Amino acid sequence: MADAMKQTGQEASNAAYGPPPVIGPGHTFASVTEKIASIVLRKGTKRGWMVGFGLSFLGMLMMLNTITYLVFKGIGIWGNNTTVGWAFDIINFVWWIGIGHAGTLISAILLLMRQSWRTSINRFAEAMTLFAVACAGLFPALHTGRPWLDYWLFPYPNTMGMWPNFRSPLMWDVFAVSTYATVSALFWFIGLIPDLATLRDRATSKIRKVIYGMLALGWRGSTRHWSRYETAYLLLAGLSTPLVLSVHTIVSFDFSIGIIPGWHATIFPPYFVAGAIYAGFAMVLTLGIPIRKYYGLDDFITNRHLRNMAKVMLATGLIVGYGYAMEAFFAWYSANTYEAYMYKNRTTGPYWYIYWLLILCNIAVPQLLWIKKYRESTVMLFVISMFINVGMWLERFVIIVTSLHRDFLPSAWTMYTPTVFDFTMFFGTIGFFLTLMFLFIRILPMISIYEMRTMVPEAKLKSEAHASPDKPAMPPAGGPQESPA
Amino acid sequence: MPQIFHRSTNTLSRVSIVSVLVIVGGVIGILTQINRTPYISQAYMAKQQPVQFSHKHHVGDDGIDCRYCHQTVETQASAGIPSTKTCMNCHSQLFATSPYLEPIRESWRTGKPLLWTRVHDLPDFVYFNHSIHVSKGVGCSTCHGRIDLMPQTWQVQSLQMEWCLECHRAPEKFVRPKDKIFEMEWPASGFDQAVEGPKLVKEYKIQNQNVMTSCSTCHR
Repeated sequence: MADAMKQTGQEASNAAYGPPPVIGPGHTFASVTEKIASIVLRKGTKRGWMVGFGLSFLGMLMMLNTITYLVFKGIGIWGNNTTVGWAFDIINFVWWIGIGHAGTLISAILLLMRQSWRTSINRFAEAMTLFAVACAGLFPALHTGRPWLDYWLFPYPNTMGMWPNFRSPLMWDVFAVSTYATVSALFWFIGLIPDLATLRDRATSKIRKVIYGMLALGWRGSTRHWSRYETAYLLLAGLSTPLVLSVHTIVSFDFSIGIIPGWHATIFPPYFVAGAIYAGFAMVLTLGIPIRKYYGLDDFITNRHLRNMAKVMLATGLIVGYGYAMEAFFAWYSANTYEAYMYKNRTTGPYWYIYWLLILCNIAVPQLLWIKKYRESTVMLFVISMFINVGMWLERFVIIVTSLHRDFLPSAWTMYTPTVFDFTMFFGTIGFFLTLMFLFIRILPMISIYEMRTMVPEAKLKSEAHASPDKPAMPPAGGPQESPA
Repeated sequence: MPQIFHRSTNTLSRVSIVSVLVIVGGVIGILTQINRTPYISQAYMAKQQPVQFSHKHHVGDDGIDCRYCHQTVETQASAGIPSTKTCMNCHSQLFATSPYLEPIRESWRTGKPLLWTRVHDLPDFVYFNHSIHVSKGVGCSTCHGRIDLMPQTWQVQSLQMEWCLECHRAPEKFVRPKDKIFEMEWPASGFDQAVEGPKLVKEYKIQNQNVMTSCSTCHR
């Protein structure tokens, strides 16, 4: 990350004014507030939003129908079989959980590292995290086959006199994911409070005032509020930071604790975490580029933001590539027949085309990001991030299906073919995710208003002047990412 | 700008934070306890039987040994339900004309067995064997209670897994000497379970906890 920032600095240093600003020129406190709040508070809804929301909602309905049929019929409607016991359900789970990671990374780690460019993208990246976790959570909950008994996953004083098996990584998963969901939701909501108060104050209709007012928890913007608020926000950032690493590490344990060739590898945790951040940033770009275009937010989500994200993708993509290389290396170096066969099967077996598509999407295409011209082009960035989204899904398919379908006993060897319900469930969750995303950009400020206010030149002047007494409760002074020095 | 909310909202929100925690915690607590009530476990619920058979009369008043009727309790998985013939051993002479015993005489005439209602009904996924429990020193009354005082028959234990594990995790707290298995009044005075229990466990060669609480010991 530091390297990425240094590079950005170098790019602009010929202008001798430091890195390019993270906000377009000519903005004031008032214009920032007006621009972001008006997206939410405008009367009537744009037609484009309506169409997008309608399509996503149809997708969500498809998911709900699939779930209903699944609950009545059982998981036999999926293509999973006795050899490939995990398939789309766990592929999708890992894919969605991975996507969430960029949100936490942006909001927590970049906050602690005082990377000011995170400010305009953290809010919707966090929302993305939350919604991605909601989609991810559906899969393990439903793949148990009897979702109404899912509370068995939690340790509660039951009449069996037993605890769940704490030595099972699947148990750790329950805690990792539920902690992740809780902390992400808290972090997101805490970050929203001052903005909800802004919306409450600017809303004209009674009902909006009351709803935003209730959500704002009585925020008045007093110095005491701000001081406590920033402490709380930093503490939550600290709490979220280990989650960036821990959640996907534990998800990778689901595989690496097992002795299946292709799963049982020590490289899994770092390789999964890098993959998660890779996928997450790709999704942030996939969502961010159209949103920025549609709502004309180029001043807030500047090219510098896109460039930085492209660099993070390039870096994490290379780590993922290293992971693939190591899998190949250890297949040979371990001198283990099963490992060697696993690798041969991946590259030349019946699912060879999935493996090579994965290499194309995840390794080959993203190398275009080395070229500055492509990092600057929103169209190219969007296309490349789409490739990565697909590639990361294929990666989980390769890991799960190609490892399982060639069991230790050749008599159990089989092929996995997804059914139509595997696809309606998967695409349905995308609809569900986009539905939540559309609702979010309509009813909540998708960019943090109060943090953006700290980015305008006015804020710099005021904090340097140590906030004169006639300007008491100005949010920017000592904002979370503005060190007083 | 007028205030949106009344002053009381402050108190209300504080109270609601606390009450959400209390209510959610309380509901979970209550649900876990409801699962342990006789309503769920059926303990202390007498079942309707085809004949008003009284263990109190037969065991408590007459002193008939358990094994007179439940013959296979020491040798087989099921303790055994007596055939009509066992009843008729006595009841061809005693109360031979009682209207209460008409179903037994009818069964005797037609050869159709009585359909008793099972009182201790374990789930089908549990493997339970009476003979091993009896031969390892688990007395009748430990699980079935004071059957000699029951005019109608009911279970006195929840039969839930945590109850099974209570003994499987610490058998020394429950085992008795071989000759006291069919004793109804137990623990007898003068018997020190804390001292005798571990000795008996050793004597009966009861397996260690790993075996006793392994899943496949009961779920086969």
